[in-house]
Amino acid sequence: MITQLTATELAQRIARRELSCREVAEAYLDRIETHDPTYGAYLAVCRDVALEQAELAQHRVDRGEAGALAGVPVAVKDNISTDGIETTCASKILQGYVPPYDATVVRKLKEAGCVILGKTNLDEFAMGSSTENSAYQITRNPWDTERSPGGSSGGSASAVAAELAPLSLGSDTGGSIRQPASLCGVVGFKPTYGRVSRYGLVAFGSSLDQIGPFGRTVEDAALLAEAISGHDAMDSTSLPNPPIDRRNLKSGSLKGRRIALPKQMFGEGTHPGVLSAVLAAVDILKREGAEFGEVSMPTIDLGVTTYYIIAPSEASSNLARFDGIRYGPRAEGGKGHVGMVERTRAEGFGHEVKARIMIGTYALSAGYYDAYYVRALQVRSLMRQEFERTFQDYDAVLSPTSPMPAFKIGEMSGDPLALKELDFCTLPANMGGMPGISLNCGFTEGLPVGLQLLAPPLEDERLLQLAHCVERALPDATRRPPIP
Amino acid sequence: MSISLDEVRHVARLARLELDDAEILSLQGELNALLGHFADIQAVDTTGVDPQSHAVAIQNVWSEDIPFETLPRDRALRNAALTKAGLFVVPTIIED
Repeated sequence: MITQLTATELAQRIARRELSCREVAEAYLDRIETHDPTYGAYLAVCRDVALEQAELAQHRVDRGEAGALAGVPVAVKDNISTDGIETTCASKILQGYVPPYDATVVRKLKEAGCVILGKTNLDEFAMGSSTENSAYQITRNPWDTERSPGGSSGGSASAVAAELAPLSLGSDTGGSIRQPASLCGVVGFKPTYGRVSRYGLVAFGSSLDQIGPFGRTVEDAALLAEAISGHDAMDSTSLPNPPIDRRNLKSGSLKGRRIALPKQMFGEGTHPGVLSAVLAAVDILKREGAEFGEVSMPTIDLGVTTYYIIAPSEASSNLARFDGIRYGPRAEGGKGHVGMVERTRAEGFGHEVKARIMIGTYALSAGYYDAYYVRALQVRSLMRQEFERTFQDYDAVLSPTSPMPAFKIGEMSGDPLALKELDFCTLPANMGGMPGISLNCGFTEGLPVGLQLLAPPLEDERLLQLAHCVERALPDATRRPPIP
Repeated sequence: MSISLDEVRHVARLARLELDDAEILSLQGELNALLGHFADIQAVDTTGVDPQSHAVAIQNVWSEDIPFETLPRDRALRNAALTKAGLFVVPTIIED
């Protein structure tokens, strides 16, 4: 079946003309039509645009001009701008908004001959870890549809796991690619900050946000990472480095690789099934020649607090642009200009977004700026230094991606703080700009358990190579969910 | 350290959010819960530590002064709630 093939296999078969781009696009579009009502991964499916792109891709294949991704379908998180396709960030404040331009990553996908299937669900403005904060719909986990796919890129993770897309794009501000990848049993990769352009990504926390790929294998994630990365003059924080290079992906070995296990990421709060799956994986990797050392990194314990000052502060500034003037619906009845803006934002934003704007505004306000915001940035420096010291002795850091497997929908929604406290393993990568990847390492009670690997900034290629070795060593790494 | 209802109202005004009493009360609870956490980092010795505002150290970035096409006006205005004569229309800003 077409939708069971990896993106790499699809690309090869298309290039050899064993499959046509149209056949592949239709296989996915039909499967989405039949099965997405169960999973709710997509906010919008663009059948006509996808078939048009498939046609164009086929011409290129026929002329022998096709790139590595020609005809391969991709789903795009709905906070990434798509010219002519509604982009809502799962918020009512952007209902009906049709971007007049493509994000750089979308432009690159089109240039590579990808077929864009549609836009995937997320927590409103990517704020959340369950995709339950979407203003439009709930997304379900393909391993158990009573459970959350994680978030905020829950739609993109669920789509790849449920074979509703071979590849997808997400964004990761504090773990929003890696955590849903972990909960859905797929691969999710957050590149080094600055290696993928943020131009056209609706900004949440500008110093933390990074776009990255989901795939069913490390090879697939690397394929998409290569296509979307590289310097972009439209993003002033874009790094001058060349695109992520996947040529040496398969030439790595675990022998002699030194991997740190920070004890703060294996704490008491970790679900016992998660702990045993990750430690069992560590044992396998040891037998393959990897060397492990336990380290203590106390700043990890400060990560949640630090992040929940910095990210909302940046968000409160970034989201000031939603005022009912340039885009989105405008509320009626407010008094004067300020009244209109206040009412538009009150009606347009959901509760979690309002809460984060409030936290950020408070942390940045007169009298508290030094005590909260500046202090958080200092702790961010300390955390970066601690990781730099660890990377002097180790090639990578390994941990659970999330201390919990997929939770039931609704189970965590009553306590937003409890859900935030589960982010401690993923936050450091965003604070330090490091690349991070999550891949499946085992199961607990039938639910996938993700293992996270972190590497120093700019070592994306080495991280992918290591992840590929880990994937080969672990028997359950690419097991598929029980889907129809 | 805790935040009063009046402070929540003040922050809401700064953030341009019209909140009803129920929301103000619930946000007061959430903000105070988070503020309880913030004590963690107050206790850290940060003497002489530079605040890090960005993930990766990049020096000032200059772009080449090359003209390129910008978004045409009609496309820039296409998503606005109200436009007139090629401009965004906003409610009265300065009142009598």
